[in-house]
Amino acid sequence: MPADFSFPSSVEYIRILPEMILVVFGTIIMLLEALSGEAPRKNTAPIALLGIALAFGSAVYAGTMPGPAFQNFLIVDGFGTFFRMLVLLVGFLAVLCSGSYLEREGADSGEYFALVLYSLTGQCLLATANELIMVFIGLEISSIATYILAGYLRDDKRNNEAAIKYFLLGSFATAFLLYGVAWIYGLTGSTNLNVIRTAVVDPTTAHAHAMVGAAAALMFAGFAFKVSAAPFQAWTPDVYQGAPAPVTAFMSAAPKAAAFAVFIRVYFTGFGGLAERWEPIVWMSALATMIIGNFAALMQANIKRMLAYSSIAHAGYVMVAVTAHSKIGTEAAMFYLAAYAFMNVGAFAIISHFGRQGERYVQVDDFAGLSEKQPATAAMFAIFLLSLIGVPLTAGFFGKFYIFRAALDANLIWLTILGLLNSAVAAYYYLRILVVMYFHEPSEATKSLTALPAGTRLTLWSATAATVVLGVFPSLLLDIARRAAQLR
Amino acid sequence: MNCTLLDVVLFAPFVGFLAILLAPRASAKTAALGISAAIFLLSLGLVSPFFGQGHGGTYFETNIPWIDTPSIRYHIALDGLSLWLVILSTLLTPLCVLISWRYIQNRVKEYYAFLLLLEFGVIGVFVSMDLFLFYVFWEVTLVPMYFLIGIWGHDRRIYATVKFFLYTMAGSVLMLVAIIYLYTKTGTFDYTVIQGLLAQGRVTLSNAEQIPMFLAFFLAFAIKVPLWPLHTWLPDAHVEAPTAGSVMLASVMLKMGTYGIVRFCLTLFGNAAHQCADWIVALAIVGIIVGALVAMVQPNMKKLVAYSSVSHLGFVVLGTFSFTQQGLDGAVYQMLNHGVSTGALFMLVGYLYERSHSLEISSYGGVARVAPWFTTIFMVTTLASIGLPLLNNFVGEFLVLQGAALVSKTWVAFAALGVILSACYMLWMFQRAFLGEASEEVRHHITEINSRELLAIAPLVILMVWMGTLTQTFLPSISAANAHILEQSKAGVEYQVKTTAPELAHAR
Repeated sequence: MPADFSFPSSVEYIRILPEMILVVFGTIIMLLEALSGEAPRKNTAPIALLGIALAFGSAVYAGTMPGPAFQNFLIVDGFGTFFRMLVLLVGFLAVLCSGSYLEREGADSGEYFALVLYSLTGQCLLATANELIMVFIGLEISSIATYILAGYLRDDKRNNEAAIKYFLLGSFATAFLLYGVAWIYGLTGSTNLNVIRTAVVDPTTAHAHAMVGAAAALMFAGFAFKVSAAPFQAWTPDVYQGAPAPVTAFMSAAPKAAAFAVFIRVYFTGFGGLAERWEPIVWMSALATMIIGNFAALMQANIKRMLAYSSIAHAGYVMVAVTAHSKIGTEAAMFYLAAYAFMNVGAFAIISHFGRQGERYVQVDDFAGLSEKQPATAAMFAIFLLSLIGVPLTAGFFGKFYIFRAALDANLIWLTILGLLNSAVAAYYYLRILVVMYFHEPSEATKSLTALPAGTRLTLWSATAATVVLGVFPSLLLDIARRAAQLR
Repeated sequence: MNCTLLDVVLFAPFVGFLAILLAPRASAKTAALGISAAIFLLSLGLVSPFFGQGHGGTYFETNIPWIDTPSIRYHIALDGLSLWLVILSTLLTPLCVLISWRYIQNRVKEYYAFLLLLEFGVIGVFVSMDLFLFYVFWEVTLVPMYFLIGIWGHDRRIYATVKFFLYTMAGSVLMLVAIIYLYTKTGTFDYTVIQGLLAQGRVTLSNAEQIPMFLAFFLAFAIKVPLWPLHTWLPDAHVEAPTAGSVMLASVMLKMGTYGIVRFCLTLFGNAAHQCADWIVALAIVGIIVGALVAMVQPNMKKLVAYSSVSHLGFVVLGTFSFTQQGLDGAVYQMLNHGVSTGALFMLVGYLYERSHSLEISSYGGVARVAPWFTTIFMVTTLASIGLPLLNNFVGEFLVLQGAALVSKTWVAFAALGVILSACYMLWMFQRAFLGEASEEVRHHITEINSRELLAIAPLVILMVWMGTLTQTFLPSISAANAHILEQSKAGVEYQVKTTAPELAHAR
């Protein structure tokens, strides 16, 4: 035990309370599962929802007493609190629309919800990690739970394929990250971001700059994989398409937001002094991500795969905000990730209901005539799609606006122009879904569509409300983001 | 908070949109008619301050914060330039409800809701004094029109509507870049504030900044106008749209482009506008002539009218970039004229289509024998569109040509060809469709104009005569606004490329 060791104060426990609550509830669900005997225990969703709600409350409470915890391993600041709240909200919405899906697939058991809670634990840790070992641990907790979720329906071939692919490539990427962490430790003698920050700009160690750059590049590989940025985006379409739809909803929003949070924190805080070295790389990655995502999405017939490519493109937009490397860039990224989370969870919630058993109906053409069969569902889907396009008076528009404003502010004129032109290209494939929903005769899939289950309906209404309200009064969220965007 | 009449006129269509969505299906069209007619009557109240002293000025201003950072304000106001465009929009909406009365049978509720949402968007475009707010309304108009064409259009509607959406979207994203760039330079989106900063020289835009920004704005507007060669979306959209969609598209939405050019391109980037003027005028004149020639060979009536729009709008651009008082007055007057007469033409073609389900000129002939009243109205509209004196287009075209002549006689010589050609294609179409012997089919299908249709077209016919004779109703307020805009367009100009003085024009 080191000499300067002191037991954590009670405030420090409060700062990690959300993670503790999530783990406790996850374990309770697992225990209930074990106690219930042979048959899997049904209806554990409410317990998970309660856990997430309590964790959300405690995250807000912890946010009122910011500061480091556990020897600077964690830091609770506005930025971390924002992302904790965001991933918990996404988790809540995803759990809400999972129940009916799992029931339909005959897989309604507690493990699923426990895994969601564990995954959220990892993401909350990521949001507040102030130290590279914690980053790694958080990433692993989040990822391993998500790998299993991606292959949750174990009798389904595509689920298995998705999980294996995600697991193999993901472990590989995490290994790169860990290798980078090891290098950094070797070069600076610390894994703490604040220490690293001062160490890398120390003129006496200038000879090691190239090595630090290489280490940062190794870590970039790991983070870029997690946020599905080019050139590490190749896993995304297969995994998003193969995983169960509610899991895709969750995966495309929460882990991605958390990964961006930690990406921003590590690069802005730890490698802030090397900005002129990594900015060009992120610039290129941002542009490539937008282009690959949008142009590949143009050719997709499967709606899940299309939205997977679209999520790559959206990661590219957030990368633009990272490239801007400024406070308003961080604000913009935070706003965008939140806006994206709502519209994307909404869109996938519709797909998970529409797909029916075994996800039979996930072609774009299957959605034909949805507006005649269920006008309200179609209207909500239309709002999500318009928001993904970036039409004004939706959250997605302000997200794009803030990002490209930050980019212009940082003098990234070409990136702005190319990025916005990209978003015009993107309009084409989103419009295709609108076209079939509104302008085509109802398909077999649409005709046999049943009413929305209550949980999915709640998810959809909340996501729609958030998309529209943030589209008209973006200040509601942006003010929070602005207060929170200051990184130490 | 004080609420001006303009706020009411702007938001009433949005309230109407929500009301129709919530209303029972059966009463949707009655509600739409009632609401849009009430909005029109309300909007007439906007005219009053413009008949006071000097006819100029800006009225009904509301300026309150909408979003704090970046500071985006809900800033709307009305001047002589926007006034008549707003009234044109509020007038055409109830008329569009009337002409859709029987034609629209499926998804009635959504149809009228989208029509009102469109009205909300276009009024917003015409009154926004904040660049960001302007952009928001500009994009918002896309959505209802996309659905109007896509759901209720003809056979190739999906192709047409997607093309329409993507063209406009691609143009406007560059405008967004320019708007944000202006913001980073000036720290505000407020058009009047930016204008003031530029005029006082507190913010200067170098030529290297002005030209790309001017082009970014101009491209967005030119696609909408549409300026040749960016017009290819227009014939598709017009032909595939339902009648009311064509009317709104031609009469109001195209004006968003020309309005934007006059309002923003001239005043914010005066220098760049002057420098690019020659090229733009060249495109406008090519558009006038090519549009007319292409219109001449169209077998399809709607396509003919669509291409005639390309030609007519060329005059507007020509007048605008002459930078003369007459030219600009003519351009703005021509925007209104085109809205009235081309709107009427689309309505009449729509009436024919409802009767015989054909847009081919060759399937008609001898309509005059069966429906003399209908033919008379069509004839008046045709003559107005050609530019016959005492009817509206004559005034506009004359002013445009006069203004252009102050700058260059060559321009006028070519542009005037367009006037002649318009007589050719319109009268030729009239001859083929209305004169001659009526075939069995025409006798069977074509009936006389009914009272509902007459009610819809009558205001436009009255306006054609009114605007052709009593120009003093409209021109003073337009002129006052234009004089102000011309003044502003010169404020930022570093050197005079062209002056309006006749003696210099001779020197060219």
